[in-house]
Amino acid sequence: MNLAERLRLRAQALEAIRGFFAARDVVEVQTPVLAPATVTDPDVESIAVPGYGFLQTSPEYQMKRLLSAGAPSIYQLGPVFRHEERGRLHNPEFTMLEWYRLGFDDQQLMQEVAELVALVLGPDAVQTVTYQQLVGDVSGRGDVQRSELDLRFAEACEKLQPGRFFVVDYPADQAALARLRPDNPSVAARFELVIDGIEIANGYWELLDPTEHERRFAADRARRKALGRTDVEPDQPFLTALRRGLPNCAGVALGVDRLLMLAQNADRLDEVLQRPET
Amino acid sequence: MLEGDPCTILENEFVKPGKGQAFNRVKFRNLKNGRVWERTFKSGESLEGADVVDIDMEYLYTDGEFWHFMRTDGSYEQVAAAESAVADCKDWLKEQDVYQVTLWNDDPIAVTPPNFVELEVTDTDPGLKGDTANGGTKPATLSTGATIKGVPLFINIGDILKVDTRTGEYVSRAKG
Repeated sequence: MNLAERLRLRAQALEAIRGFFAARDVVEVQTPVLAPATVTDPDVESIAVPGYGFLQTSPEYQMKRLLSAGAPSIYQLGPVFRHEERGRLHNPEFTMLEWYRLGFDDQQLMQEVAELVALVLGPDAVQTVTYQQLVGDVSGRGDVQRSELDLRFAEACEKLQPGRFFVVDYPADQAALARLRPDNPSVAARFELVIDGIEIANGYWELLDPTEHERRFAADRARRKALGRTDVEPDQPFLTALRRGLPNCAGVALGVDRLLMLAQNADRLDEVLQRPET
Repeated sequence: MLEGDPCTILENEFVKPGKGQAFNRVKFRNLKNGRVWERTFKSGESLEGADVVDIDMEYLYTDGEFWHFMRTDGSYEQVAAAESAVADCKDWLKEQDVYQVTLWNDDPIAVTPPNFVELEVTDTDPGLKGDTANGGTKPATLSTGATIKGVPLFINIGDILKVDTRTGEYVSRAKG
């Protein structure tokens, strides 16, 4: 695919995505890319901008602040940044599509994610697989290191057959900011979409409880310390917003560049980024 | 350094689940035995660097046990390479030619020939009069003892041939 074709494909995909949300009355927003605070997630490093704060690794906190202040269902398309992530499927700057649906649970949002993906890649069935089916039996896993699980998970995703898969039922300690499933609190109401072995999207039926948020941030910081990573102060404006109250909602973040990679049968993220080859 | 042997990295793939640790899946070539294999490392893991350098050296002679090379920097310093280091290269070693020698802690562990070498034909079927560029081919034995195929019929004993060391194939008759 030549440059003109690639540029056109991306522009058309973004236009289709905007049309998709307009038809569903989901409002486009543009929150700050540069903010004073960032995420505590031990496996995501932010790029610091001295004197200003951090380039955002996802618009999650900013969008949730809007939701707590009375925003309707919203979506955002824009750049996010991750320190030192570079490879065939990674670039330190990439395009994220993130959206939040008021009143949705994870099941309803998964349905919508499948529809959005079909819009860009064409229709295809989406199968469901549990975290445990991918990683193997993780009961009594006290002796299985988290890093070992992460590697097993990454390799199991790569080895999934071609096609679309939702991975569900993540263990409670990998809930990130998803709530635990009310009928089975050993797993989180979190899902990921994997297409042709590539991780495309990650979504939650959102955790609302501010105290549980603080507990998870503290656990993140303890793991950061154990791994020898730099400490990150929790985002205070985000915690304030949580105390004010987040409406019941589900949200998801989707890697647009990877989706375009699949749309144009590319093998590397480099092939879809908006820059000439020389 | 990996498992005690110096290695070179052929490929390094960054692997990371969005909410999980980063890994590097690295493909290595063992510089001593040429074996290629893959290993996955957690990001942040470190390996000991190997003191490996490639330098140009002139091939002098072999005493049957060692192959002797000399630095070309005017120091006349010599190294003796064991058979394991020259195994892939023995067919192309010509005295006074320059080769790339890989030294690990000053020990030669591999010798790489230039992509093309010129060697004399010591044995081949007699050349056929009137045969030029067209026609069939035949094997020829070179001064190093190597036998190459695909040599045109007009080549005679004593001719100098240019050979591609990567494929072991005849390229052309060298001028002179």
